Amino acid sequence: MATTKPALADLDLRLGLYRVMVACRRFETRAQELFFEGLVRGTTHLGIGQEAVAAGFAAAMRADDYTFATYRGHNHALARGTPMGPLYGELFGRANGLMGGKGGSMHITSAEHHMMGSYAIVGAHLPIALGAAWSAQYRKSGQVAVCFFGDGTTNIGAFHEALNLAAVWKAPVVFVCENNQYMEYTAIAAVTAVARPAADRASAYGLEPIVVDGNDVDAVHEVAVATLGRARGGDGPSLVEAITYRHGGHSRADPGTYRPADEVSSWLARDPITTYRARLEAVGVDAADLDRIEAEATAKVAAAEAAAREAPEPSPDVIETEVWADGSSRWRN
Amino acid sequence: MALKTFIEAVREGLREEMVRDESVIVLGEDVGKKGGVFLATDGLWTEFGDDRVIDTPLSESQIVGTSIGAAIGGLRPVAEIQFADFIHPAFNQLVSEAARLRYRSNNGYSAPMVVRAPYGGGVHGALYHSQSVEAFYTHVPGLKVVVPSTPYDAKGLLRSSIRDDDPVLFFEHKKMYRSVRGDVPEGEYTVPLGKAQVTHPGTQVTVIAYGLMAHYALEAADRVAEENISVEVVDLRTLRPLDKETVLDSVRKTGKCLIVYEDNRFGGYGAEVAAIIAEEAFDYLDGPVTRIAGPDVPGVPYNHVLEEWFMVNPEKIADGIRKLAAY
Ligand SMILES: Cc1ncc(C[n+]2csc(CCOP(=O)(O)OP(=O)(O)O)c2C)c(N)n1
Ligand SMILES: [Mg+2]
Repeated sequence: MATTKPALADLDLRLGLYRVMVACRRFETRAQELFFEGLVRGTTHLGIGQEAVAAGFAAAMRADDYTFATYRGHNHALARGTPMGPLYGELFGRANGLMGGKGGSMHITSAEHHMMGSYAIVGAHLPIALGAAWSAQYRKSGQVAVCFFGDGTTNIGAFHEALNLAAVWKAPVVFVCENNQYMEYTAIAAVTAVARPAADRASAYGLEPIVVDGNDVDAVHEVAVATLGRARGGDGPSLVEAITYRHGGHSRADPGTYRPADEVSSWLARDPITTYRARLEAVGVDAADLDRIEAEATAKVAAAEAAAREAPEPSPDVIETEVWADGSSRWRN
Repeated sequence: MALKTFIEAVREGLREEMVRDESVIVLGEDVGKKGGVFLATDGLWTEFGDDRVIDTPLSESQIVGTSIGAAIGGLRPVAEIQFADFIHPAFNQLVSEAARLRYRSNNGYSAPMVVRAPYGGGVHGALYHSQSVEAFYTHVPGLKVVVPSTPYDAKGLLRSSIRDDDPVLFFEHKKMYRSVRGDVPEGEYTVPLGKAQVTHPGTQVTVIAYGLMAHYALEAADRVAEENISVEVVDLRTLRPLDKETVLDSVRKTGKCLIVYEDNRFGGYGAEVAAIIAEEAFDYLDGPVTRIAGPDVPGVPYNHVLEEWFMVNPEKIADGIRKLAAY
């Protein structure tokens, strides 16, 4: 088969998808090392292996569309354009952090980038994302809210409450289930009445079951374009199930040994980044261009890490700020 | 000035805010065509239509969660929880999300919204239609909690709550909806959040109350006035932020303080007020800070004798005042 150069517009898009995925991977890989070094405290939940979902959707979103994500949210923040320096700063809890050190890894928020938060109470953000979509519908702003969550989330009431009302309202919201096969340490299949935790519930709310290979960024992007377009066009919500896998454990130092070795190795072979690189090379993209993208990501990560390392700890004075609208935690009479 | 019922004042406040500001939206179970089970939103759907007065599914966490998202997106939702007793499914959304958005985003965004809920006993509502729930929420920094006692305050405080940039819980005592009337002026006025009011000046004992209890405190003050006990009644109006200055000024003057609340005594809102007085006005006290509050049983019982036993009333308050005055 002769390799043909892809059309330029298409190529820009695809190199962009690659750039985002690589940036996410480098950022998170280093974040994990920094966790073991003790610089990132508490916990981290990495999306290594799931980058294609974040990249594919973000590339289809308008700058003012809303992202709502979970504690596994670094990739989504990065894909929406959140800069790495303040993101590492937040992971380190430093004053230069996105939220001044108040949030940490699990609660990444950047209103400026319409990254409306990583939520750590499972399911809570689905009704909230619906509310944001409703406001867009009311304001006729044309914005869409995209809400990412895990397979485990499909068994909590808020998932069902949000889907029902989103369908009733024909709200401009896209619910994206990143089915990485596991809750924390329990396989989703062991605790769910249907095989496809999200898609098999869609019909209960009058929605089409949409399943996509969550490790194929082109496929994700195509679904994202279609569902965002549908939402923006007034045709209502979608529920997308993206089948994917986290390469590591649920969080922190979890080695994920509750997963069969052959299952892990088969998914590692389907790494969304290496497979995409192979696909791009197969259509004639220069390996050197891809190498350059990788080198750029590495350099950005290093610069961001350095900036965050140098940033001071927040002053204790900030603990009582931004509690109420008057800026304080105390009422001023 | 026109004489209005408490619920008419709430309705007028809602309506006038909706006229003033297109981003004000009302949602809840049966709030549209029916106008709410207590008719607090009666007529709003006819006037403002489906886009702004929304009948929701029966899902309280959804009602509050969706309001949070809408507020993030620039609307000013006013959600009705049919009875305060049913707010618990939304506890997570209020405490984990609404209260925390501003802090967690370092002021990147917040949830300016109001959650209205009828609370309180004395209407034979029994175990699941009578509770006071304010203490769960006054505990949470980031939330504001308002409990008006008069039609004037209900309207003025509701307007301020809708305009406030923080999430506000607005508790309306259901027994007052039609039994309490008061003057409500025509035209625009607001009552600021975080300001208590001395509703009965006096010199010997301070009685601090809110909601229905603010009325009962006034009745009790009248009763003991005949016995030459001079009582100062402070109606808190906003529980959080608490107007400490008005409370402490009164206690420093009288030297004695009785706190009244309908909720279960143990861990109730008044316990916090008592602690603040003990910490900040100890040198002025001539007696213990005492409380008249609901008994520690898990719900307001149904039978009228039992319900009367549960409910704080003017005579129970008057007794509390007498004991303190004799100190
Ligand atoms: C309401 C609630 N219950 C439990 C937890 C603890 N918890 C955190 S993540 C998680 C598993 C969620 O699985 P899934 O939705 O598949 O997301 P994933 O972590 O796989 O991305 C659990 C049980 C929580 N954060 N919130
Ligand atoms: Mg999962």
